[in-house]
Amino acid sequence: MLQVFDIIGPIMIGPSSSHTAGAVRIGKYARSILGTVPVSALIRFSGSFAKTYKGHGTDKAIVAGILGMETDDERIRISLEVAKEEGLAYTFEETEIDGAHPNTAEIFLKDADGSEILVQGASIGGGNIIINKINNTVVSISGKSDTLIIPHEDVPGMIAVVTKILAEHSVNIHGFSLCRDHKGGIAVMTIEIDGGIDESINQVILSQPHILASTILKAI
Amino acid sequence: MKYDSLADLVLQAENENIPLCKLILRDQAQQAETEEKVLFENMKRSLIVMRESVESGLDANKRSASGLTGGDAFKMREAVNANKNICGRIFGEAMVKALAVSQTNACMGRIVAAPTAGSCGILPAALLTISDDRNISEDDVVMSLFTASAVGMVIANKASIAGAEGGCQAECGAASAMAASALVELCGGTPKQSEHACAIALKNILGLVCDPVAGLVEIPCIKRNAMGVANAFVAAELALAGVESAIPADEVIYAMKKIGEAMSPALKETAEGGLAATPTGKKLCEKVFGH
Repeated sequence: MLQVFDIIGPIMIGPSSSHTAGAVRIGKYARSILGTVPVSALIRFSGSFAKTYKGHGTDKAIVAGILGMETDDERIRISLEVAKEEGLAYTFEETEIDGAHPNTAEIFLKDADGSEILVQGASIGGGNIIINKINNTVVSISGKSDTLIIPHEDVPGMIAVVTKILAEHSVNIHGFSLCRDHKGGIAVMTIEIDGGIDESINQVILSQPHILASTILKAI
Repeated sequence: MKYDSLADLVLQAENENIPLCKLILRDQAQQAETEEKVLFENMKRSLIVMRESVESGLDANKRSASGLTGGDAFKMREAVNANKNICGRIFGEAMVKALAVSQTNACMGRIVAAPTAGSCGILPAALLTISDDRNISEDDVVMSLFTASAVGMVIANKASIAGAEGGCQAECGAASAMAASALVELCGGTPKQSEHACAIALKNILGLVCDPVAGLVEIPCIKRNAMGVANAFVAAELALAGVESAIPADEVIYAMKKIGEAMSPALKETAEGGLAATPTGKKLCEKVFGH
């Protein structure tokens, strides 16, 4: 759901809300999903991103986001140099992702311990984004509110278990999706909530049988 | 409120006999579960950044990172200050400000997307020009940004505000429509007149393609911001005089969406068609990127 500040805003470094500010936010979200400090980033641009990323500074913007910068950080201009200083190796590739939004980027991040994550996001205009894939899981996350990502075994009743815990703590859900690789395999719940959520609630979810992980992604 | 129909918003404002800006602020505060004051202060910060982005764009010598553009706002200001411009002070000032903000953006400076960065000069130029000319209070200008946002939200929800999806009509068109509606409100017009101004402004820009040279938000974007604010004044002026749009705003927005869908991808921010594909456009691209 759009708000006034999606239209008047963001306050940002130019030159393009979709190709610069949106790209910063996709990069920043990918970093938060990784949850640690990335040391290498492979960035694949698709559609309009692939054709014009150099001109719009999309490359600088997405690296700035991966480094954790905000959309109005004046260091976006020099983010590629900042990446070198901070030990982030980056590579850009142009690709065509079938059926993807025109402004789509795929980011493959690794940290020093070898943890890795693949995040696909689209910049949908005015600096707004949709994260549509995390590893092989299809999701739909705007990043505007706190979001829980919960991989679990694909057994009956898991949605009820998790949503009951949230209900007991008066956490309101406004977006929900679930995706699984195959029947009886691993499924992933993506839950967007109003307001914040306490880590202690997350621990309760984590302690349930068949839950493999539970991560709170803060709004960006 | 759902922000999927401008007519519905106008009807509600009329029923309650309040201006659009108050209706929107109240609703947004309710939805965000916060106080109106908090949203007002946030919006005020945007207005401050808007003013700063005008100032930084007036530099005569600052060039964009590509080197392709710069100095236009300064030239226009000189002409206005010398009383040389043909359309009078208000039009001249509005163009100066639109060019200035747009140049700040091209120089990777700080701006407020309104609704996008490519179209960021239009709304501040319209509002700051009219408020300086009529001594309108800063608080009223901040409030008018809520009206502009509501128009932008309806356009974003029912069509698009991305050049890559809808062409320039979705960016400069949306910005111009937002500015026109806000201008009407600031000049004492009714919510219904704001709706007509939105319709008229958007109708005038329907079909405009997004064809940036070298894919940069510079040529023709900077000058299209000057056009966008001029068009906002045209639409507001007509609406305030009682001129009505034959096609309702919501239908114009839908038409904009359909036109955007019918546009070739070459004309939607890919820098493959239109001005980007002209011999000079290609030459400039080569100059910047060497290919």
